[in-house]
Amino acid sequence: MNLSDILQQPLGRMSPESLPFWQMLHDPTEGNVINGVIATGAASMVVIGAIIAVALITKYRKWGVLWSEWLTSPDHKKIGIMYVVLAFVMLTRALIEAALMRSQQAFGLGGGFLSPEHFAQLFSTHGTIMIFFVAMPFLTGVINYAMPLQIGARDVSFPVLNSISLGLTAAGAALVMISLCIGKFSTGGWFGYPPYTEASFSPGVGPDYWIWALTLASLASTLSGINFAVTIYKERAPGMKLMYMPLFTWTALCTSIIMIFAMPPLTVATAQLALDRYLGFHYFTNEFGGNMMHFVNLFWLFGHPEVYILVLPSFGVYSQVISTFSGKALFGYRSMVMATTAIAILSFGVWLHHFFTMGQNANINAVFGIASMLIGIPTGVKVYDWMWTMFRGRVRFTVPLIYSIGFIYLFVLGGITGILLANPTIDYQVHNTVFLVAHFHNVAIPGALFGLLAGYHFWFPKAFGFRLNERLGMVSAICWIFGFMLAFFPLYALGLMGLPRRSVAYNEPSYVPLEIAAFLGAILLTVALVTLVVQLWVSIKHRDENRVFVGDPWDGRSLEWSVSAPPPEYNFAVIPVVTGRDAFTIAKEAGNAYQLPDTYADIEVPKNSAMGPVLGAIGLALAFGLVWHIWWMVILFFAAAVVTMIVHGFARDTNRIVPAQQVRQEHRRWFDAVAAAKAISREDERKSANQGLAEQALPGVPA
Amino acid sequence: MNTIGHFQYVCMKTNRFLSNADCSPLKKMQRLMHTEHNNLRKPSSRVEPVPARRASLACVAALLLAGCSGDTHLSFLDPQGPVASAQRWHFVEALAVLVVFVAIPVFAITPWILWRYRYGAKSSRYTPNWNFYGPLEIASWAGPVVIVVLLAIIVWRDTHALDPYKPLASDQPALRVQVIGYDWKWLFIYPDQGIASIGVFALPAGRPVAMQLTSATVMQSLHIPALGSQIYAMGGMVTQLHLQADRPGRSLGENNMYNGNGFHQQRFTAVAMTPEGFDAWASEVRSSGIALNEQILKVISQRSTRAELNAALSQPRSPDGNFYFSGATAALFPAVVMATMGGTMVAPAKAPQEPANTAAPAARKPAAPATEKVQ
Repeated sequence: MNLSDILQQPLGRMSPESLPFWQMLHDPTEGNVINGVIATGAASMVVIGAIIAVALITKYRKWGVLWSEWLTSPDHKKIGIMYVVLAFVMLTRALIEAALMRSQQAFGLGGGFLSPEHFAQLFSTHGTIMIFFVAMPFLTGVINYAMPLQIGARDVSFPVLNSISLGLTAAGAALVMISLCIGKFSTGGWFGYPPYTEASFSPGVGPDYWIWALTLASLASTLSGINFAVTIYKERAPGMKLMYMPLFTWTALCTSIIMIFAMPPLTVATAQLALDRYLGFHYFTNEFGGNMMHFVNLFWLFGHPEVYILVLPSFGVYSQVISTFSGKALFGYRSMVMATTAIAILSFGVWLHHFFTMGQNANINAVFGIASMLIGIPTGVKVYDWMWTMFRGRVRFTVPLIYSIGFIYLFVLGGITGILLANPTIDYQVHNTVFLVAHFHNVAIPGALFGLLAGYHFWFPKAFGFRLNERLGMVSAICWIFGFMLAFFPLYALGLMGLPRRSVAYNEPSYVPLEIAAFLGAILLTVALVTLVVQLWVSIKHRDENRVFVGDPWDGRSLEWSVSAPPPEYNFAVIPVVTGRDAFTIAKEAGNAYQLPDTYADIEVPKNSAMGPVLGAIGLALAFGLVWHIWWMVILFFAAAVVTMIVHGFARDTNRIVPAQQVRQEHRRWFDAVAAAKAISREDERKSANQGLAEQALPGVPA
Repeated sequence: MNTIGHFQYVCMKTNRFLSNADCSPLKKMQRLMHTEHNNLRKPSSRVEPVPARRASLACVAALLLAGCSGDTHLSFLDPQGPVASAQRWHFVEALAVLVVFVAIPVFAITPWILWRYRYGAKSSRYTPNWNFYGPLEIASWAGPVVIVVLLAIIVWRDTHALDPYKPLASDQPALRVQVIGYDWKWLFIYPDQGIASIGVFALPAGRPVAMQLTSATVMQSLHIPALGSQIYAMGGMVTQLHLQADRPGRSLGENNMYNGNGFHQQRFTAVAMTPEGFDAWASEVRSSGIALNEQILKVISQRSTRAELNAALSQPRSPDGNFYFSGATAALFPAVVMATMGGTMVAPAKAPQEPANTAAPAARKPAAPATEKVQ
């Protein structure tokens, strides 16, 4: 690269050939047209979606509100909501891709309609998006929203950093979306093993899109992990010992710690691959002393703990949900905490089970196999303790509980197949077959996604002040559960019948019935997502009948339920003093849950900051320049990033005061609503009568 | 006989050696039910109790029938050799422990709890603050601990017994096979026979096979489910695999590690023959196969499926989609390993923009020249 190169190629490697419809127009064979139409259709959906969004915001003159109330807001609640919105947008894309792959395989006997390269891009983007831009933002959003409220904090420790994390994650997601419109994404799968992803085998922009999208996402997650961990250590309300924390907060803490230690190996691995690709290094090449096994080790040193980053927060949600909807304290709290921390620690010691087939000796494989099975112990304890929590409870079959039951059943199966895979002997047979695909979807969907969806239904009324439509929620939950079973159980059988994962086509007629069943399952899962969207629409329309401003629609047990729905920006007019576990339940039982303080104090909250969106945009431009070798863009935006951070370093006036008078006013308004509301029994919790005030049973007398 | 004629003859021979490998579902089941007697060699690593084995057969019968397509064995649940057979037993054993001690209790107790303690069941006992009971806690930990200890013993034992690097016990010397993974085909070299093949992996039934694997390109994974384990093949490195077929028959072979557009076509048939049949086949290939020279190796090392390779070969074509080579030596394999490790420098900026399907020989390291040097 020198100055003349930069001037001669202002658009780097970009050319008209990078457009998704180019090949179809120049070589209109049937296959090219089908693939071109699908790719162009997908790209148009991105472009049209963006245009519609911009048009609507302009029409309703919402740019100002969007900028000042949302994008620049340091409020953890708004950041959390934006994370979840991002997750749903990306979920839509990745689920459509999944359905497309399933339909290809259903017709894949001897061919199908997609080209192998198109199919490879689909499985690579599907995996990358689902992990980094659906599951990660979803759980980060839920933690962001609920955790500070649960520990009685006003915000996270570093609110602007939180906004930067969101900006970087969104930039990574945007980069993956852009790859639909211009150029091609990687075909190396979500873990992008070299040397396949090295320049000599994949010279195009695909692996670069993948590298920089992951770099943005992994930096964002590292920062989120630091932020959450510090928040939990430092910002807890007075009296809240670690062992008084709600279990969701415990899982958030463990997830954060895993993030801090597990994300850097990924950042390093992708950076090394970038050095190989951009500067001709030989970390992971075949030749000149490179060794791809280093990448594999580094990647799974991130990749396995990542599994527990995904699943632990959902374990936390299940713990809260099962306890709340059983009307009962969580059974075995100490065991649950021990199990959670044990999983977090063990998760770092099992990465080798992702490549038993790479030729280690039997001692190493056996040790890592047994280490992997050890994780089954704390996980098993959790399942039992959830069961004992429902035992002698009063179980209400609300939507979050339906997800929890679906989870218990399906996760046990996923755990069993996990333990089978932890056997090197069995892994030698089913590794890299669709049996493995079935297994990790079996833990990721019921384990992580169902939990996050349960959390979405559970905390939605808290975030927006009204409940979601119960009936549609139930339909959606049933579709998710049975759609999952139909889509993935056949894959177990197919894997045992020798079908390798990532096969665009196959020659065995005996695969067809199972592939068609899996395709139907994918359709059912799509119906589940559509139902969720419809549910949101219907719920917004009927929001006035389902308001729960008082804030406690489910007879909740932890502190987030003790404030209004939605909570004020400072969360608590007066920081609560905690005297035990299930702090809000204790207060309700003691009859002092709703009290007016004598005096109100000024509250300091963080000022809005443009750092998040600005650094996000700079990160996106920098990554885009790197992908396409547009060097002036790289230099410009790298400099911009450095300057922005230095300038922000001089910002001193970062807080503003919410005057005591305003706090008092808002608190009184809420308190009046509490006084005016009618407390309801759990019988009526899913009816309009539920205004968010729970009837309290007298001690010792069943409700 | 002209070259094509030779090849048709080789293929006919190959099919003849296979003719006793019938797999109609009925015959297949009969044979499966009498596996013990039909085995040319019993599994060396472990001796399985017959009744348990019968029971496990009954469990997987449905899958087996589904898993038999045409006359090719697809699955380790339909094992054709001692390794796959032991793996099936291990699978059934572990699955049985997990189903009986993990799944059934949870699946049975949960609905009972949900029904008994549903909100509407006001007569059921309700203990809102009951959150600890020592014996139950201990049981909740002890159960999983016992199960995992039990499984750990099985894992330790079988991981060692079925280590793919461990030679299989046998009174016959192992057949040496060297496997080179190319995009998108496997080259099987029989150094002691002086032959090689693509698309067909022939082996004598009843005799262990000791394989060495490497890749001349990206990472791949060689897997013949009905015979045994899979193992990765990686550039510049050598891995090992030991397999054995118990009786003549065809088994599906494949690459399990995605390596580009032709990945799904990187299949082959593992053909177990009678020992005499194998010797006859080897000498047939030796006398009539394509000479494996530098030029041919260069064509093989291009990114191509078998069909594309066939089209790319100028003279000798393959009538059955497979390729048979004579003149293969033991020096070829180490030469490819060394050549891949040595490589040729490719400046990333100079690499082509998008890989075409069969393309970019400039970006690949030709294995052949180095081979010649060593030879």
